[in-house]
Amino acid sequence: MSADRAHADHTHEHPTWKQYKWVALWLFVITVLEVWAYYIPAFVASKAFVPTLLIMSAVKFTIVVMFYMHLKYDHAIFRKLFTGPLAIAGITLIAFLFLFSKVSIG
Amino acid sequence: MATSAAISTNAHAASHSSEQSGLWSWLTTVDHKRIGVLYLYTALFYLLVGGLEALLIRTQLAKPNLSVVSAEMYNQLFTMHGTTMVFLVVMPLSAAFFNYLIPLQIGARDVAFPRLNAFSYWVYALGGLFITLPIFFGLAPNGGWFGYAPLSGPTYGSGFNMDFWVLGLQILGISSLAAAFNFITTIINMRAPGMTLMRMPMFTWMSFVVQFLIILAFPVVTAALFFLQFDRFFGTNFYVTQAGGDPLLWQHLFWVFGHPEVYILVLPAFGLVSEILPTHSRKPLFGYNVMAYSGAMIGFLGFGVWAHHMFAVGMGPVADSIFSLATMLIGIPTGVKIFNWIATLYGGSLRFPTSMKFAIGLIAMFTIGGISGVMHSSPPSDLQQTDTYFIVAHFHYVLYGGAIMGIFGGIYHYFPKITGRFMNESLGTWHFWLNFIGLNLTFFPMHFSGMLGMPRRIYTYDAGQGWDLFNMISTVGTYMLLVAGFVFAYNFFTSRKRGAVAGNDPWGAPTLEWSIPSPPPEYNFAQIPEVTSRYPMWDLKAPDRTAGIAHTHADAADIAEAHAVPVHEETKRKTAKELGIPMPFPTIKPMMVALGIIILFSGLIVMHAGKFPLAMATMLGGAAFMVGSLYAWLTSPLE
Amino acid sequence: MATIAATASGAHEAHEHAHYTTTGLNHRKIAMWAFIGSECMLFGSLISTYLVYKGRSVVGPFPHEAWTSPAGQVFKPILNIPVTSMSTFVLLMSSLFMVLALAAVENRGKPGYEGLLGSSKFWLAATAAAGATFLGFQAYEFTSFVHEGLTIRTNLFGTSFYTLTGFHGTHVAVGVLWLMTMLFIDLKRGLTPKDAINIDIMALYWHFVDVVWIAIFTLVYLIK
Repeated sequence: MSADRAHADHTHEHPTWKQYKWVALWLFVITVLEVWAYYIPAFVASKAFVPTLLIMSAVKFTIVVMFYMHLKYDHAIFRKLFTGPLAIAGITLIAFLFLFSKVSIG
Repeated sequence: MATSAAISTNAHAASHSSEQSGLWSWLTTVDHKRIGVLYLYTALFYLLVGGLEALLIRTQLAKPNLSVVSAEMYNQLFTMHGTTMVFLVVMPLSAAFFNYLIPLQIGARDVAFPRLNAFSYWVYALGGLFITLPIFFGLAPNGGWFGYAPLSGPTYGSGFNMDFWVLGLQILGISSLAAAFNFITTIINMRAPGMTLMRMPMFTWMSFVVQFLIILAFPVVTAALFFLQFDRFFGTNFYVTQAGGDPLLWQHLFWVFGHPEVYILVLPAFGLVSEILPTHSRKPLFGYNVMAYSGAMIGFLGFGVWAHHMFAVGMGPVADSIFSLATMLIGIPTGVKIFNWIATLYGGSLRFPTSMKFAIGLIAMFTIGGISGVMHSSPPSDLQQTDTYFIVAHFHYVLYGGAIMGIFGGIYHYFPKITGRFMNESLGTWHFWLNFIGLNLTFFPMHFSGMLGMPRRIYTYDAGQGWDLFNMISTVGTYMLLVAGFVFAYNFFTSRKRGAVAGNDPWGAPTLEWSIPSPPPEYNFAQIPEVTSRYPMWDLKAPDRTAGIAHTHADAADIAEAHAVPVHEETKRKTAKELGIPMPFPTIKPMMVALGIIILFSGLIVMHAGKFPLAMATMLGGAAFMVGSLYAWLTSPLE
Repeated sequence: MATIAATASGAHEAHEHAHYTTTGLNHRKIAMWAFIGSECMLFGSLISTYLVYKGRSVVGPFPHEAWTSPAGQVFKPILNIPVTSMSTFVLLMSSLFMVLALAAVENRGKPGYEGLLGSSKFWLAATAAAGATFLGFQAYEFTSFVHEGLTIRTNLFGTSFYTLTGFHGTHVAVGVLWLMTMLFIDLKRGLTPKDAINIDIMALYWHFVDVVWIAIFTLVYLIK
């Protein structure tokens, strides 16, 4: 347990100013790409549109959480406190989509 | 305001002279033990309220075609009975134990956020009044404890009744959520050196799981309630069919909360049973690891079964099957617990004080409730049972026979720790048997009337449908439960002053809370203990019982940082000052913030009455009071 | 009571560091992450409701399609992607400013943190300003939608849209107030590395609010 505690906040690795800049850049670039994609009617009409957009926002979500919110560098307990609820929220959301879908699958 | 404690010659009461007494000390306390006692008394009061509501319901149903109460009042009674029992009785009784026990069981001096803890209590106390007082004006919530839309909406639920319900539940949700964040932090971060998660007492383990259930489930009902509130107050379309909305959205959102809620209701009682049985079997809990994991499993799986409350709405065979399967699966970890408890008893050197009777009673009664529960898990079967008294039977067996009995057991078990005196055993035995027979008389016949088609929530019924005898028996049972309650209340109140004096460890129990005086000094532990096994007190007093269990020392750095010492019985009563232990300052600010919140919510009721200037004044006043008190709270030091 | 207080205040400095914790982590940081987990379920419910009700409005105006009312009035698709892209960009940048504010507080006095980079006041103000700008965009959006005929009770889209984005906006507003309070403290007495933990906790809240918007922007505005 003491080994755990030695790795507490004040002695862990830190993202640098450089890494913060890169995250900001990627956030900017991906957002630009998302909006750009929105204006391509052929792409919007295709089956790839929704998955692509979901993946892009998932990437943005992840880099903010991992780097800006430090989850990558912090004590494991914070990862557990976040990913558990996130998973339950996600699964429940997906369940709702199925339960309310007008397609008669259930 | 010298109290009897200060002037009494009783030896252990004299030690209280350094601690505060009087009404103001209770209003400003931030001590988890006092807050636990506040929860206990308030919740027992509401048990009486909810019980009287039940009594009126059962009197109305004793015979066909009675008119003891009007149909409208009947709706208010069954709505409030359910709401009271779930939110104002069982949850707060569990909270009483979370508050009192968790810091003691983990070797801590208080919870992580003592003032937030007080805040949670006051929000509950004031919120309880907010939702209960309306019945005296005939304005109590009347749409069922689960408030289905559109009955609870603006068209069919016009009037103030359901406003009190929607807003009252939001208020109570704030209380539970704040407490949950508090206990999660406490359990993660304030365990004594050497107390790994797998060495925590099982009550603390179950409580830990419950706090996560609370923080994950309550936000969902919060959203559902906001939607209902907006429909009622602002004319939105969340549950309005003509606009494309779906009343089933309410049901889904409510039950995503509602099912974890029932595990929130029962897991703490399971935890208490897991403390009582090993103590009075004089052997360790059988299968500790499995008990911990199955508790966590029940919590997790509990999020996947909610629509078993909706088998009759037409979700389709795929959805029905998935939820049916998940519901059956959840019976497995629950069954595992029952078997582990029985295995704990088996081969033990058994004693049967009242707490043990209640614990064993829970095992039996919960099993019956579990059997009817498994019957509901099959959709075709449930189509007959749903919305009948068969369901009422099921949930009363698990909630009364389960949660309430476990909690009573916990009260008898921990009364000596809290007050320093024993409850009377022969009165306890009377209480147990009156309860046991009473609950079976009340609820067992409901299986039959339910199967014969008696629907829930009807205010009367015609003779000749085969229901009459069962209803009469249930009503008789309810009156027996009332008598049981009086026996308990008499025992509880007289034992506080006249019960036999109890020392640190009257039962020979294994865990840390029994190493300190009864009642504990305000600082709990004069010295933080170092924990080397799951059963620290048995290591000390009955080492043969724990010989087979691994004992390891905590990290030296942790021990040094905590100034921890080996586990020992503390018998000297010193003051915190004498020991140099800093104690948090008592403060009225948490209560003031709670009051501000209640005033704010009351303003919403006034708004619904159409009195806009008064409503705005009330809301702004409440908000200002709340923010001002909160600012004062945040800028003043804890200790 | 007075004696306990006297001892406590005297001992206050001394025992500030003396509280043992099982993990070595700060209580409030643990509580904040638990709170964020809880908020995932709240926003999950709000987003689920929006998605479940997508396309079910009986009358317009609609988010991505034009609509002609029975009375003959024509409504354009009501969402304004270019404007909302701007506000999204502003909120994303606010996260960068937040992270720089935290770094400035943590590294006060260290080499490489002189000047603007090391000015926590600047970066806190920038974050608050960006948050306030985002709220300004939201206010503009809400009022222009109302002008165009979409209120919270007009249809299912109005109901679920205003509720979801309104809850999010309220969270942003609380964050802006929190930032301004921290800025005020910085101006009054200065924030030192000892305060870093409090800025860290506030930053977690702020980033989470940003991250929720990432989800909302995609699911509400970009996906039809």
